[in-house]
Amino acid sequence: MNRACESSGANLITARAVVKDFSGHRALNKVSMEVPEGSIYGLLGPNGAGKTTLLRIINQITAPDEGNICFAGEQIAPEHRPLIGYLPEERGLYKKMKVGEQALYLARLKGLSRQDALKRLKVWFEKFEMGGWWDKKVEELSKGMAQKVQFITTVLHKPRLLIFDEPFSGFDPINVNLLKEEILQMKSDGATIIFSTHNMASVEELCDHITLINESETILEGDILQIKEQYRDNKYLVTYDGDPERLTGGLKPYFKLLKSEENGMGKQATLQVMGSGGSGELIRNLVELVEIRSFQEILPSMNDIFIQVVKNASGKK
Amino acid sequence: MSKTSLIIQREYLTRIRKKSFIIMSILGPFIFAAYVLIPMYFATLEDKEEKTVVVIDDSKLFTEYGPGGATCVIPDTEYLKFKIIEDVPLETFKMGFDETGYYAVLFIPSNILASESSLIYSTKQTSLDVIGHIESAMDSELEHLKLSTHEIEDIERILEEVETSIDVRNIKWTKDGETQETNTGVIMAVGYTGGLLIFFFIFFFGSQVMRGVIEEKVSRIIEVIVSSVRPFQLMMGKIIGVGLTGLTQFVIWIIFSAILITGLRAAFFPELNRTPTEQVVASDLFDPEATPAPQGPVGEVELDMAQEIFASLQSINAWVMIGSFLFYFIFGYLLYAAMFAVIGSAVDNETDTQQLIFPVILPLILGIYVMISAMNNPDASLPFWFSIIPFTSPVVMMVRIPFGVPWWQVILSGSLLVGTFLGMTWVAGKVYRTGILMYGKKNSYKEIWKWLRYSS
Repeated sequence: MNRACESSGANLITARAVVKDFSGHRALNKVSMEVPEGSIYGLLGPNGAGKTTLLRIINQITAPDEGNICFAGEQIAPEHRPLIGYLPEERGLYKKMKVGEQALYLARLKGLSRQDALKRLKVWFEKFEMGGWWDKKVEELSKGMAQKVQFITTVLHKPRLLIFDEPFSGFDPINVNLLKEEILQMKSDGATIIFSTHNMASVEELCDHITLINESETILEGDILQIKEQYRDNKYLVTYDGDPERLTGGLKPYFKLLKSEENGMGKQATLQVMGSGGSGELIRNLVELVEIRSFQEILPSMNDIFIQVVKNASGKK
Repeated sequence: MSKTSLIIQREYLTRIRKKSFIIMSILGPFIFAAYVLIPMYFATLEDKEEKTVVVIDDSKLFTEYGPGGATCVIPDTEYLKFKIIEDVPLETFKMGFDETGYYAVLFIPSNILASESSLIYSTKQTSLDVIGHIESAMDSELEHLKLSTHEIEDIERILEEVETSIDVRNIKWTKDGETQETNTGVIMAVGYTGGLLIFFFIFFFGSQVMRGVIEEKVSRIIEVIVSSVRPFQLMMGKIIGVGLTGLTQFVIWIIFSAILITGLRAAFFPELNRTPTEQVVASDLFDPEATPAPQGPVGEVELDMAQEIFASLQSINAWVMIGSFLFYFIFGYLLYAAMFAVIGSAVDNETDTQQLIFPVILPLILGIYVMISAMNNPDASLPFWFSIIPFTSPVVMMVRIPFGVPWWQVILSGSLLVGTFLGMTWVAGKVYRTGILMYGKKNSYKEIWKWLRYSS
């Protein structure tokens, strides 16, 4: 079973040309992905792009029609199951079962002994201030409380790979921060995390690498900083004193004024350098017209990149 | 502990701790006992109401004159009395009959010998028992009369001598040439009970499996579980866990019911230790006012009844019976539970199950019909084939086994059942694995067929 997998370097998960068909509909078309060990990896894409299918394949819930998945250099197999923790997007618990009993059951299904599970659960229940919940039935819990229980059962067995599908949905901002801290802690403890979400702010905050899937295909992949570099579009934000009229009239033709406004920060203008000119030349041009108080490059947000890339990809089809 | 046994443990423990399980365990035997005892109770209730039938005998053939006045030759029973009333026209009873307190009026016309018919009037529907009693009494009385017109000497004595009652006794030969006396009714009852129990068990606990699958799907815990265990393990764990719950409940029921029925019978119906027929016979025999009917030989047979039931029960090899019951009980359940699991996996809620469930329970219901016909003719070709076909064999074979079935048939039927169970479970596992992750579609068998062909 454990036949060695070609995998480059320190990747924990390598997906190679994965194809999955559902009656007449191709959910994944030759999707590849390399998740470096110890990273937080964002799996992005619009609804219905095939993210959940890929996550299910990594979790061995479904099998790919073509292609393969490697786990730490080995063909993925049932013995890797205890090394993975999965929090699906559509998640739930047995409603009639007591919280403690249920957490214990789920932990033991992941291979923990009863004693170990009990010990670790105690720690987590304390950390999340859930001391009195042990004998409550799940149906008595609020949605946010149930989500906490699900999070704990996902991470309790200290898996090498954690897969979170929209982990923050249903949480209030305080608990979102609590979760983020835990996720970052697990990363620094050496865990690898695959993270699927529509929340681009949290992607920027947490992820090192991303893959963007659209209509069953990978359309963007790589280190998040490099991607941002690649998608920078020479936009700058200037805060200045002076007459806004002068900006409209005095700019050279290859500098474009995108937006001009006056807000709490003072007078601000968003400018784009068209063609080959650099920021130096823009500054020189601006100095002639107004008094510059600050000047900074606007790097594209993941949100912008996401929208731009998905629109372009869909436009080509 | 293996993951499958963890799942079995959860399924079993959560179920037997449910209130409904505890309630059913306690109520079940009462319902069971009620099924047995309530009909008995009504039987005794009916009999205890004394009914008097007024006889207007225009023919005078059924009237005897003794010291106490006119009496009717139709014998009274414990609760059914006949009273001759003379010189009162039938019309007098017509109005306000209910107030007289009589049950019915029997009118015997003067030309009874020629017409061979009499009339019974009542405001109620006269029961078949009453009419049967009257007819047979009148028949034999008229036969006597007709015979006596032939002026044969010693006719009374001859008649008494020729009075016969044939009882066909069923004797089974065992292989060793020994004989065993059996009662077909008892054997039928044993087989019928076994088959019916299997039917209910499959149906009741099969649908619990289905509901369990739906619960996991609706609560969306399914995806978490199948990321820890293979779907097949989950399915089998559920089927076995629910099956063990069923067996537990079954054992509780049997023990409680036995205690209850024995206890209640002893407490409330001591007279029920005799069969109803015995009571009638006994009342006829020992009622001094009744005409002593020549029923001696019949009485003797009836008194043997209890012995005969025991003999019949002994003739059914208890171990073969229990063994085959458990076998068909368990594998019948396992076969159907896998199909119920598939239905559960294909729907999002219980109301959608109806159209899918019908083809699954159809063979079971068919099995019940064939079982009823098999009780009369266990070796006919219909029961034979239905006891071989795995989908009906658990129900139909049960009713045949007490009558004695050749070994090769039992082995063939048993191995087909096990084989089909294995095949069905394999197929179910494939379909189940796909179905549990499908939401928002109304799935038909066509869709399920597609899932079956997906690669693993």
